[in-house]
Amino acid sequence: MLKTLLKATVFAATLAVSVGAFHAPAFADTVYNRGSAAEPESLDPHKTSTIYEADILRDLFQGLVMQDAKANVVPGAAESWTVSDDGTVYTFKLRKDGVWSDGSPVTAEDFVYSFRRLEDPATGAEYASMLYPIKGAEDVNTKKGKLEDMGVKAIDDHTLEITLNAPTPYFLEMLTHQANYPVNKASIEKLGADWIKPGKLVSNGAYTLAEWVPNDHIKLVKNPKFWDADTVKLDTVNYITTEDRSSAMKRFEAGELDSYNDLPTEQLADLKAKFGDKIHIGPYLGTFYFAIKTDKAPWDNVELRNAISMAIDRDFLAEKVWQNSMLPAYSMVPPGIEGYTPSMAKFADMAQIDREDEATKILSKLGYGPDKPLKMQIRYNTSENNKNTAVAIQEQLKPLGVDVSLINTDTKTHYAFLEQKGDYDLARAGWIADYKYPETFLGISRAASGNNYSRYNSPKFEEAMNKAAADGGQPEKRMKDLADAEQIMIDDVGNIPLLYYSYKDIVSPKLHGFVDNVMDVHPSRFISKD
Amino acid sequence: MLLYVLRRLLTAIPTLFVIVTLAFFLIRVAPGGPFNQERGLSPEIKANLEAEYGLNDPLWLQYGHYLKNLSHGDFGPSYNLPDFTVGELFARGLPISIQLGASALVLALLLGCLLGTVAALNQNRWGDYAVIALATAGSTIPTFVIAPIIQLVFGLSWKLLPVGGWGGGAMLNKIGPVLTLALPQIAIVARLMRGSMIEALRSHHIRTARALGLSDWSVVVRHALRGAILPIVSFTGPAAAALLTGSIIVETIFAIPGVGRYFVDAALNRDYTLVMGTVVVIAIFTIVFNLIVDIMYAVVDPRVRYD
Repeated sequence: MLKTLLKATVFAATLAVSVGAFHAPAFADTVYNRGSAAEPESLDPHKTSTIYEADILRDLFQGLVMQDAKANVVPGAAESWTVSDDGTVYTFKLRKDGVWSDGSPVTAEDFVYSFRRLEDPATGAEYASMLYPIKGAEDVNTKKGKLEDMGVKAIDDHTLEITLNAPTPYFLEMLTHQANYPVNKASIEKLGADWIKPGKLVSNGAYTLAEWVPNDHIKLVKNPKFWDADTVKLDTVNYITTEDRSSAMKRFEAGELDSYNDLPTEQLADLKAKFGDKIHIGPYLGTFYFAIKTDKAPWDNVELRNAISMAIDRDFLAEKVWQNSMLPAYSMVPPGIEGYTPSMAKFADMAQIDREDEATKILSKLGYGPDKPLKMQIRYNTSENNKNTAVAIQEQLKPLGVDVSLINTDTKTHYAFLEQKGDYDLARAGWIADYKYPETFLGISRAASGNNYSRYNSPKFEEAMNKAAADGGQPEKRMKDLADAEQIMIDDVGNIPLLYYSYKDIVSPKLHGFVDNVMDVHPSRFISKD
Repeated sequence: MLLYVLRRLLTAIPTLFVIVTLAFFLIRVAPGGPFNQERGLSPEIKANLEAEYGLNDPLWLQYGHYLKNLSHGDFGPSYNLPDFTVGELFARGLPISIQLGASALVLALLLGCLLGTVAALNQNRWGDYAVIALATAGSTIPTFVIAPIIQLVFGLSWKLLPVGGWGGGAMLNKIGPVLTLALPQIAIVARLMRGSMIEALRSHHIRTARALGLSDWSVVVRHALRGAILPIVSFTGPAAAALLTGSIIVETIFAIPGVGRYFVDAALNRDYTLVMGTVVVIAIFTIVFNLIVDIMYAVVDPRVRYD
């Protein structure tokens, strides 16, 4: 009975499909069904904040410079640029054939408008700080200066001059960030908040926005007016949101998704066995760390902080808790930034058993032991892996006589608590690179940073960071300065880096041009499909 | 009757007002706000954002604004999906959740009543045991287990259905989610129906009907069913309100763009306006369906009168 019913249902459904309830794509079109683990928050480059938007915006828009398939900086809307000898003035030559999807030319004035819009307090841009290296930008954003005084000038239609506060070697890297893409003034002024809607959005990238069904899919279609349209192979890119990682694996297997940008870590071993080299895992520019409250007793003692950091078995966390989807970390800056060698904690070369002995010695020297256990709270934001990590650390520290209690709260509560400098001992945090440069990781330990949850405040570290800033014009020297600064912070245990993130993708062999890289950046315009 | 409906709808307005007020202030008690996240914002940037959304006004003023806008049917912008207003999100998602929920409800009522009746008529025989076993399994196996099994069996092994996605509303895409939503409800309805049918069959008027020589079919369908269905009617009100407003589990696992996810996501994201939207929607659904249940009572049960 049930079987007959089932058959009837499936038959009826098949009938419904064949009479055209379903829109099949026109033949000969290459369609890339690109699975994504989260819904973008906004497609307005100036309202963006997550990596899930970055993928889509990278396809829709072209900044002055862009990233290629390997995440290296390549010309975008600008075909060339020069930098003044002192490293503070960048002159960009925009390409003459660059047009918006409505056919109007992309001009220097568009960038002036867009950069001002990003900084304008009225926009409320989360990533306004991306352009703070530009002269006057921070003043505008913090209501201390005028828009017109920003160091962004259109010399003529195709020449843009940008003046920086100080030499900033990573300025071009920063420009690849989606917050710095241009937006179309005419359409924003005409349509207001509706400018971002499918069919209306005017963009200057390889694709235009055709559909957006929230929590379902975003359909991008090839932009024939794009200056490099001849090399763009995919006609349609569907970004398909599937939050549930396990479902996404099944959808991939069923061929509903050609790729997906996350993996369920708890199934990693099985997935590797099943999917083989379709699973792409490798170093990603991100660090999972614990903030430690350095301005509060007993954690104001460097030795104690070091003992705790040492006693945590990072190999165990990486292998057992995270199933090798993370790598053990001993520095804040992950490896993978050209020209930079991360500064490791001194104990990185020691065997774990020796570290534990050393930590026990320090603890007993400081008077902690079975009679006087060290009490510690670990706070983390709710997630299965965060919990497992915290529990593992709790177990690892137990033999040393450290009595760890765990507190978990939802993400918003967790970060609100940390931002308000709440009272805690250790707290879970993470940092993903906004651009490929060590400064993005070290800046969060500076005394003035809003992300300095440890309240780390070291004059030596500040001095080293300032020295690096002053050496802006000399990239090699600057990298060395930054490594020195990192060493100071690591030796001080200003934070406890635990794991480096990995990118985790599953990719169909039908796709070509999906090149693994530390930023996990894969512009659709360089991808093709069999 | 009409007067009764009008009166009920009028009393719904103050109820709604109380719910909205409570929800508005309760969500603000939760620590953190829409702009707390892993990547902390500088106080200046956060202030810009809060000014943009009017979050820097005193709370009572924000409340006043909210009520005023709400009375015009304006739910405000979503904080976490700023490209959409809360109204737009519901306009897109609610029809999808309603389609799935209504299909599941109809399926559950039909199959549940059928199974329950079959069980009652075969009390303490194998048919009864089979239904009880099925009902117990249906109500104890959680949806987050059923859903992946449906995906594996129908999607991957038999390749009859897509694994997930809405597919623009294609029929095949709805089957998995509807089955998952319906199974536990079928179990509940079957158990309710079995119980009330057994009771109805033992009642005096059924004995009289049988004594008059009416056929089994006529006794069950025309006389017993009418009394037995009452518990199902009261169950349907809240069940409909819950089913039609979506399920986060089913929507997440099948990647369905309904509104069920907003009930959880909005609260976790401190997306205040979206939280309020979900509260208003669920409140209206609950009020309306309870009213419908009460009206249905009058239709089904001749003892109930509304004047």
